[in-house]
Amino acid sequence: MDTKRGQEVSPTYWDEHAEIIHEENLRKLQFNRLQKTVNKAWYHLPYYRRKMGEAGFRNSNDLRSLSDLSRLPFTTKQDLREAYPFGAIAEPMKNIVRIHSSSGTTGTATVVGYTHNDIITWSELMARTLVGGGVNEDDRIQVAFGYGLFTGGLGVHYGAEKLGATVIPMSSGNTLRQIQILRDFNISVLCCTPSYALYLAEVARDSHIDWENTHFRIGIFGAEPWSEEMRAEIERQLPILAYDIYGLSEVIGPGVAFECEIRNGLHVSEDHFIAEVIDPASGDVLPPGEKGELTFTTLTKEGTPVIRYRTGDISSLISTPCSCGRTMSRIQRVASRTDDMLIIRGVNVYPSQIESVLLRFEGIEPHYQIIVSREHYMDTVDIHVEVSNNIFSDEVKTLENLKKKILEALKGELNLACTVKFLEPKSITRSEGKAKRVIDMRKKEDVP
Amino acid sequence: MKQISVFLENRPGSLFSVLDRLREWEVNLRALSLADTADFGVLRFIVKKPEKVIELLKRDNFTATLTEVLTVGIADQPGGLSSVVGILTGEGLSIEYLYAFVSPEGKGAYVVLRVEDYDKARIVLESAGIPLLGDLSL
Repeated sequence: MDTKRGQEVSPTYWDEHAEIIHEENLRKLQFNRLQKTVNKAWYHLPYYRRKMGEAGFRNSNDLRSLSDLSRLPFTTKQDLREAYPFGAIAEPMKNIVRIHSSSGTTGTATVVGYTHNDIITWSELMARTLVGGGVNEDDRIQVAFGYGLFTGGLGVHYGAEKLGATVIPMSSGNTLRQIQILRDFNISVLCCTPSYALYLAEVARDSHIDWENTHFRIGIFGAEPWSEEMRAEIERQLPILAYDIYGLSEVIGPGVAFECEIRNGLHVSEDHFIAEVIDPASGDVLPPGEKGELTFTTLTKEGTPVIRYRTGDISSLISTPCSCGRTMSRIQRVASRTDDMLIIRGVNVYPSQIESVLLRFEGIEPHYQIIVSREHYMDTVDIHVEVSNNIFSDEVKTLENLKKKILEALKGELNLACTVKFLEPKSITRSEGKAKRVIDMRKKEDVP
Repeated sequence: MKQISVFLENRPGSLFSVLDRLREWEVNLRALSLADTADFGVLRFIVKKPEKVIELLKRDNFTATLTEVLTVGIADQPGGLSSVVGILTGEGLSIEYLYAFVSPEGKGAYVVLRVEDYDKARIVLESAGIPLLGDLSL
């Protein structure tokens, strides 16, 4: 176990009552809350009532046990899009104190509403999340998630205030200023996307920032899938332990699941959400350990409750107890999504798998892009990698050998035949939010 | 002697961007060679104050490296190069690449040699009485 920077590893919980709840009590609580949620959906969410009707439900009291959850219809992103703008809100608008919305980059945006109670719950959940990562009230937290309709910034912000830490609400962007504040304010915790953390590390390195003698010690990263290799790279470049957090606006925002100090899977706050893993094709519920699509049912959400919301994120449930003591079960960290799977001449590949292979090569920078296109009815993949001083030599054969090894690894491990192109440093656009790793020229919206 | 190598991406303008920067810094190229593969190139050159120039290049985000190379004066006549290469080959030293330039006075030719074992090659050539050019003599 890591004890970087002398961090205490003895478990502390934000809400002991909830986090180490007895299984039997948890299931009772969940069933009670599920019934209320289903009732609410039946009476206040026309789109979901219609779906329940189609699935054969004649009233909302048809649930006899928790296992009946699997009979309920799924909620999809499309359902929420069709409800745009306020059709997924189950409360009179006068009870809604805040609106968030997912970015509409891949279609119409989805809109979620929060009641006053929802904001309180969310703050509690984020406080749990931060404490899970070893953050305490003495920490200074720089929030570099975007503030605005995106849930990242404000979600972390309220949780950090709830915890009693000192919040620096930077929002995203303006990297030089971010670094200056990190140093001048002696920040101990940074919250942002993992790709932005890497970019920030790169800019700091170029500015010869020395992290010695600072209090910088923890990174709370989320909002995009990332690999273990990426975590190792971030921890190599910054003096921190990096924690993965999970959440999505349709469910509540950040705070749905979080890593504890064991960093082996993310604990789901099961008193507020039920996680299921399903076969994305058949919709069947999969047992713990099997990989599939994550779905979430909210149990306490008032503004926008969702039932069996299909996240598109790929994970599996871990039902074995965690040595941190929390009884809330875990999900495997999300490294890919059902919709970012690339099908290349019939071979299924996730960008995170390509990332894992690339970052294993010494000196390869974690800045890469995967360009997919179609030539003469054949899918082609070109992986763009930046050439840093660490892998460059005056001899042509050095880079050519490296390329050969990368191609062999991709072919051997992923059965992916592709090409690798070496680019000059900094030629791949750095992201201040979610990184764009794949450019799929087969899709209209990706063609520049 | 120290040689600078710069990574060049395979796209229009990448060579120019290096050369234009050298012009801006008033750096004169004494010798150069360009190695190219299907998708990238390596520009290698000899300049005065290579340590200073590479620092500027790296500051401007070029990927660049310094390498020790041997620069030998050869007789400007048939067989001039073959005698030097013959000596190295005789000692089992292999040459990675080489390129030539004429002396500033136009009186003789020089060859820049990149060998695997720099130290051994230097001793071999020196003991054969072949003059090596140091950094300052350019």
